[in-house]
Amino acid sequence: MSENRPPRRQAGGFGPGPMVMAGGQKAKDFKGTMKELINYMTAYKTSFIIVLIFAVFSSVFSIVGPKILGKVTTKLFEGLIAYRLGTGLLTDFDYMRHFVLLLVTLYLISSIFSYLQNFIMSDVSMKITYQFRKDISEKINRMPLEYFDKKTHGEVLSRITNDVDTVSQTLNQSLTQIIFSVTTVIGVLTMMLSISWIMTLVALLVMPASSVIVILVVKKSQQFYKTQQKYLGHINGQIEENYSGHNIVQVFNGEKNAIRKFKELNEELYDSAWKSQFLSSMMMPIISFVGNIGYVAVCILGGYLAVKRIIEVGDIQAFIQYMRSFTQPLAQLSNISNILQSTAAAAERVFEFLNEKEASPDPLDSAPLDQVSGHVEFKNVKFGYREDKIVINDFSANIEPGQMIAIVGPTGAGKSTVVKLLMRFYDINEGEIYIDGHEIYSFSRDDLRSLFGMVLQDTWLYNTSILENIRYGSFDKSDQQVFAAAKAAHCDEFIKALPDGYHLVLNEEASNISQGQKQLLTIARTILADPKILILDEATSSVDTRTELLIQKAMANLMKNRTSFVIAHRLSTIRDADLILVMKDGDIIEQGKHEELLAQSGFYAELYQSQFSNCE
Amino acid sequence: MTRLIIYMKPYTRLILFAVLLLFIQATCDLALPDYMSDIVNKGIMNGDSGYIFKIGMKMLGVALLGMTCSTAVGLLASRTAAGVSKDLRANIFEKVESFSNREFDRFSASSLITRTTNDITQIQMLLVMMIRLVIYAPILGVGGVIHALAKSKSMSWIIGVAVVMLLGLILVMFTLAMPKFKKIQTMIDKLNLVVRENLAGMLVIRAFRTQRFEEKRFDQANRELTDTNLYVNRVMSGMMPAMMLIMNLITVLVVWVGSKQVSALQMDVGDMMAYIQYVMQIIMAFLMMSMMFIQIPRSSVSAVRIAEVLETEPSITNHPHPVELKERVQGAVAFKDVTFTYPGAEKPVLHRINFTAYPGQTTAFIGSTGSGKSTLINLIPRFYDPTEGEVLIDGIDIKKLTLHDLRQNLGYVPQKGILFSGTIQSNLRYADENAAESEMLKAAEIAQAMEFIESKPEGFHTLISQGGSNVSGGQKQRLSIARALLKSPQIFIFDDSFSALDFKTDANLRAALKEQTASSTILIVAQRISTIMNADQIIVLEQGRIVGQGTHRELLDTCEVYREIAVSQLSKEELN
Repeated sequence: MSENRPPRRQAGGFGPGPMVMAGGQKAKDFKGTMKELINYMTAYKTSFIIVLIFAVFSSVFSIVGPKILGKVTTKLFEGLIAYRLGTGLLTDFDYMRHFVLLLVTLYLISSIFSYLQNFIMSDVSMKITYQFRKDISEKINRMPLEYFDKKTHGEVLSRITNDVDTVSQTLNQSLTQIIFSVTTVIGVLTMMLSISWIMTLVALLVMPASSVIVILVVKKSQQFYKTQQKYLGHINGQIEENYSGHNIVQVFNGEKNAIRKFKELNEELYDSAWKSQFLSSMMMPIISFVGNIGYVAVCILGGYLAVKRIIEVGDIQAFIQYMRSFTQPLAQLSNISNILQSTAAAAERVFEFLNEKEASPDPLDSAPLDQVSGHVEFKNVKFGYREDKIVINDFSANIEPGQMIAIVGPTGAGKSTVVKLLMRFYDINEGEIYIDGHEIYSFSRDDLRSLFGMVLQDTWLYNTSILENIRYGSFDKSDQQVFAAAKAAHCDEFIKALPDGYHLVLNEEASNISQGQKQLLTIARTILADPKILILDEATSSVDTRTELLIQKAMANLMKNRTSFVIAHRLSTIRDADLILVMKDGDIIEQGKHEELLAQSGFYAELYQSQFSNCE
Repeated sequence: MTRLIIYMKPYTRLILFAVLLLFIQATCDLALPDYMSDIVNKGIMNGDSGYIFKIGMKMLGVALLGMTCSTAVGLLASRTAAGVSKDLRANIFEKVESFSNREFDRFSASSLITRTTNDITQIQMLLVMMIRLVIYAPILGVGGVIHALAKSKSMSWIIGVAVVMLLGLILVMFTLAMPKFKKIQTMIDKLNLVVRENLAGMLVIRAFRTQRFEEKRFDQANRELTDTNLYVNRVMSGMMPAMMLIMNLITVLVVWVGSKQVSALQMDVGDMMAYIQYVMQIIMAFLMMSMMFIQIPRSSVSAVRIAEVLETEPSITNHPHPVELKERVQGAVAFKDVTFTYPGAEKPVLHRINFTAYPGQTTAFIGSTGSGKSTLINLIPRFYDPTEGEVLIDGIDIKKLTLHDLRQNLGYVPQKGILFSGTIQSNLRYADENAAESEMLKAAEIAQAMEFIESKPEGFHTLISQGGSNVSGGQKQRLSIARALLKSPQIFIFDDSFSALDFKTDANLRAALKEQTASSTILIVAQRISTIMNADQIIVLEQGRIVGQGTHRELLDTCEVYREIAVSQLSKEELN
């Protein structure tokens, strides 16, 4: 089952903090993907425009703050000097009150706009996320099964969770941050220039210096981060392997070796771990040092200019505040391309999935269904899971209503292929398949499949009550009909013995009932569906003998008067079949009745003999 | 958390040094506003540019010192955190290797894996943060308060107001959002579950034409998740604006109150400007600390989980005075009145089991699922110890042998073939690193593995990926069998090891095996009757008790349970 698990998320932020994006994946077609993403969001155009306006308002209102505050300080300072010189009033409190009230109002408005903008944006991003997930889940049902042969469940799952999350996070946080950062940088720059162009120049000179240093450190630390991740992968592999094979390690006395190897890997990991950690920890001190250089420069230069009466004291204070609010948005902006790239990569994977080829459309008028008797004919069927690898070359068979067809062969021979073609899970390359004289392609898929009942060895039940699991697919059937089907499938007895009887909710792994019981439930489900043609996969050894007897009886009940295809493991079933299809390596190599096939002394005869040959 | 403190002991000196450096760093950080205030108060007021430049240079020096300290702290923190993690990881791994199945059942293998990997990563992150922020924040906070008080005692109430408001804000946000955070996780799980079910049951869903139904089910989960997420996001989107507002208003407040003090000649303008910066630093310190209080409980869960493993003692250990084995054992395995109950279970899975398996013979076990076959066989390598009674090899209680000696004499093949990453060869040689090439070939031959090994272009050097995911179940089983053969032990244990093989391979393998292991004791658990029909002794288990013992023929006549199994699997001709 391990391949069904979603891939483990990257251990959150091992090593470098958020400053160092771990390389980040790149989209193959950045422009195209972005266009598609924007198209996807056009429904929310108005919201986006409102968000944009609000973001601009919010930053503008907060940006004027320090300048006004600076004016207050200046006024204070001037008053103080005037007092010392004995030429004037100490402080004009009416003037001050006026400004303070203005400031409070500005900050309040700014915060309200900022909140509204966040609020709208999170609504929009949630709606888009919802839509993405919905589209993907519906898409799954329209895709041909071939697609899922190539992709693991984990990959599909990770598109629904991780990739959609990444896109949603960008929309929700990064996008507003970007808008905010851009307006802040522009606004702050304007304000700084309005105070003093010389000081602004000095401040701006500091910035490139800091970004160069930051880029250098990031590059170096990414290297170490990568090695660290590599060694972490090695060590995790060693741990997983040894823990899951614990019994083997012990019985082969392999503990000492395992520990020795682990220590080597651990040492390697330590070496890269502390280096990676250290380098990423250098970011903060360096950035704050560069910030401090700016701070000092502003103090010296500002002080000098203030002495020369070119600027005011309050301007120094305002400038310091601007410098502080300048660094963060700038750092964010420098990260934009990274964020956009990884968003594009995630969005690309989602769109790739949404744009995958879908199964061919159904015919407009489906052939009539009401009087199907279960006559099946294969005519020169040719099929391969891949074009270049044909597994069924030329298969023909004529099956009368009510007959039983056994499909036999060693494990992995592709015994379920014929069944999959019949139900149009896969489409044949050449030839025809008829049901009661109608080509199967003249039915809609749903109509065609409604003729079949299927019991697979790999039982599929879901996280709900037993009652609903049996009713699955025949939702209009009454409880009474469900009970009757359960009785016919010999499940009634064990279900009633369970804690909540029919209302017992199966847990996620459906491990609260046994494998055999699961199989019985799927048989009951098929009995309830009352199909014309049956497809059965006989249970193998994992079921205990008593349950197996019950399953046999239940299957016999089910097969009465129905055309049935049985993937057979049991000799009694095989011998009684009207037609046996012998498969090897995906191909049907022999077909006929039991006696005929034995007489051929071919692969079937060999297979049959070996089942109970004594090994001497 | 405290239980892991001893692991930090080797790094005490590093940590103490880091604390010292942090003090210097905080002093530097807090000195800067002081210097600025000097520039304003003395430099600008008196129009003294030379003074301004002198102080400016001092500031630069202080800033440089601050950076040096904080970089050095980074180095110390990184080495300490990575070092502690390394030690912890090694200790856990070593501990887990000594665990018996009882401990594995208690924790589960996957949980042990998380404890050795992710939980340790958590600790490492926590340690770096602890050293760099948890220690730093109070130093900065207290220092900030001292500096602020030095500038003006009467304005200190503003600091109090700021801190209370911010903490109040954080508290409100988290009481609103926290309970939902947990809910979101379960909702994501639910969503994933539906998708997983849909992917796994794709054939069934299409066969039963229930696509619309499944879409509805998904939509419901999707909607629930979206609604909850929306709520949390709406709450959290208030966080930043509110925080900004508080900080801005505090600044205005300082200026307003400060201006009154200045005009009362109780304070200088430069001091007021410095005061604003102190208040900001104090607020930052408090924010850092409150973030810590959110992070620490989370990480301490990891610490507890790690400590649990380290404090668990393996239940199966060597006898204090073990019997020394002079040579290889003969291989007679005997169970004497063995009863076994799983820890925590009410009823025993095995009841008073008695039998002897002799060298040169095959002893087979059969019975329905849950009858105790595998449990029984797991007592021989001491994966578990019997609750009562004893297991003897050549008349010696296996508890008196060292684990190493005991297992050296066993060839064990599990139900699921377990392979390690490496090559086919390295997997076979797992049994015996120094095994000769010819022995390896022979083992592969007997295990019927030659055919598929040779069909691979790389032969014995074919890479095996982690968990052996690039070979089939049957191939894994055959390789596991070959691995056990290469050990050439006196006692073989096959725990349903032929289930993934087709009938023919199964038969060939058993024939080859019989030849090779003529003098060994063979114990086989099987589901297929054809696998064990020819065993010298068949033991039929039913609900943990032996209900039949004998050969195939004898059991057909005497044992009801056996006959029932036989009838379901064999044809009439075969039965007679």
